[in-house]
Amino acid sequence: MSVFTMRLLAGISAALAFLLVFYSFEFPPVDSVQRGYRGLAMEEISNPRVDRAKVRANVLPEAAPPTDKAGQKASSVYTNLKVLGDMDANELLRLMTDMTTWVSPEQGCAYCHDENDLAADRPYTKIVSRRMLEMVRYINGSWKTHVVDTGVTCWACHRGQPVPANVWYADSPRTAQGAAGNLAGQNVASAAGGLTALPVDPFTPFIKDGKEIRVQSGTALPGTSRVSIKQTEWTYSLMMHISKGLGVNCTYCHNSRDFFGWNESTPQRLTAWHGIRLVRDINTQFLEPLTPVFPASRLGPTGDVAKVNCATCHEGVAKPLNGVSMIKDYPVLVGPAPARTASAAPVGAK
Amino acid sequence: MAEYQNIFTQVQIRGPHYPGVPVDGPSGHRVGHGLHSYWLGKLGDAQIGPVYLGFTGLASLLCGFIAFEIIGLNMFASVNWDPIQFVRQLPWLALEPPAPAYGLHIPPLNEGGWWLMAGFFLTLSILLWWVRVYRRARVLGMGTHLAWAFASAIFLYLSLGFFRPILMGSWAEAVPFGIFPHLDWTAAFSIRYGNLFYNPFHMLSIAFLYGSAVLFAMHGATILAVSHFGGEREVEQIVDRGTAYERAALFWRWTMGFNATAESIHRWGWWFAVLVTLTGGIGILLTGTVVDNWYLWAVKHGVAPSYPAVFPLVIDPTLVPGG
Repeated sequence: MSVFTMRLLAGISAALAFLLVFYSFEFPPVDSVQRGYRGLAMEEISNPRVDRAKVRANVLPEAAPPTDKAGQKASSVYTNLKVLGDMDANELLRLMTDMTTWVSPEQGCAYCHDENDLAADRPYTKIVSRRMLEMVRYINGSWKTHVVDTGVTCWACHRGQPVPANVWYADSPRTAQGAAGNLAGQNVASAAGGLTALPVDPFTPFIKDGKEIRVQSGTALPGTSRVSIKQTEWTYSLMMHISKGLGVNCTYCHNSRDFFGWNESTPQRLTAWHGIRLVRDINTQFLEPLTPVFPASRLGPTGDVAKVNCATCHEGVAKPLNGVSMIKDYPVLVGPAPARTASAAPVGAK
Repeated sequence: MAEYQNIFTQVQIRGPHYPGVPVDGPSGHRVGHGLHSYWLGKLGDAQIGPVYLGFTGLASLLCGFIAFEIIGLNMFASVNWDPIQFVRQLPWLALEPPAPAYGLHIPPLNEGGWWLMAGFFLTLSILLWWVRVYRRARVLGMGTHLAWAFASAIFLYLSLGFFRPILMGSWAEAVPFGIFPHLDWTAAFSIRYGNLFYNPFHMLSIAFLYGSAVLFAMHGATILAVSHFGGEREVEQIVDRGTAYERAALFWRWTMGFNATAESIHRWGWWFAVLVTLTGGIGILLTGTVVDNWYLWAVKHGVAPSYPAVFPLVIDPTLVPGG
């Protein structure tokens, strides 16, 4: 082997190694801010370049100009209003304009309305959007434990797209290989699990079926807990999804020396706990029952409806839209507080 | 002098192939005549072979090959026999142990049966190789230190994949065969049992692991540093004055007051290495069987310190009435 070939090979190897390192790591600067007590590594990592991109990605849509009140209820002007009948007729028009901006800016009103008969319950998107309006009112009225007074509008998830960018479907069975090759729901690059080999669909068990998320036992010595390591991997995958979906580290909610302990956790963990119940509630109460309404082309590989997870609304930001509230201009989007004691959890909480 | 101060081997001996010291009987028989490799000579001895395989060697390779094929073909099947996906996803692919529901029963092939079979052949392969290591050492009139050090590593391997699953009553507790999957398993194992860093045997294992690396670096550096005085002949210089050995000993006695001897440094190295996997295996066997949450165990026994609260008190929402 000639010296030239040797040098060429060495050069190519060095270039490959450089590219590998260059594209494997985050470009500096990476800042860290200490949040917990010193020595516990409870730090939040941020990168100004990433933060600027997040600001750009979370610009609010332009709202329709305020209108004078018509002085008439919408229901006395328009027919077939089941959710918004009590609001002012002109404000209804304004809300409809904004909803078009939020959900179907390119497709326009016709995305959800029959333009020849706006009152008709067709196309199917009309049925869906009505249910979604009920859902938004329900979230803002009943889930203040998670959305506080910031609340959500259609924009929080849709961002100008008829189908939000981050939705999930049940994992299609991939084990039809005969007598070998069982993936056991994991062991391929898992988008949900942050490109680990963890389970690819942690959503079905935890934010649809309400399976137990907790895996650690509360006692030092063995008791009745028989949670397996496999089960732990499912929880781990869900936690990775939350971390990615919110753009935060584990230590945003947990003290990593004691993931289980609430007394060592941050208040954000409580918000997240309610958030898990919120998405579970939305998926089971609002989205799954809409399955027959959707055309087959909108359904997942196993025929299930698109469902939400943390990333649907958070889009990589700890506080969606960086904490800006859009509902203050739309009081109609806040439903009544649930008629029960303040601490009682809504249906679906567990 | 400078020619010795290089990270690669500087001396390469080329001569007629030499099979080594004579050994008696058929157990000393070796196959082939051997060959020379310039590049391998940069790292070690330039003479490759002749090699002895024998029954245990061949049986070990065969069993290892069977395990390798079971694992590899299952991985290949899991991507629908797509070669491109097989290469792309290879680090993620795995052969997974049975589900917890099967306990210690034998599951269907595609539900963990393949895993049991691969584990059986891999274990057989490793044990046969152990026998080979032991026997070759005896034939050469050597001590069996290598075999027992290897046995320590096998003990950790069996603790993870055999002893502990049996103690827990479930094959599901064992490690999957796969590159990333076994790493995910490791992280999940620590999380499930309340942070393995509070397991004192895990602490010991880490201390011996890092200690092994430090000892190896100290010893390697010391010998290389005196190699131009013939320091690699350390043991034969042990009782003489003015040798490379004495310079090396003096260096450490001078810098930290205490030094190993040419004999003891190797005992230190051997024990540190052996104790990595021995203490590690004990730590694994205690996890889930004797201790269920190492963090809480450490709090109970005053190992884990408490820190001042920084955040407002957060209470488990499932303990709040109505929550």
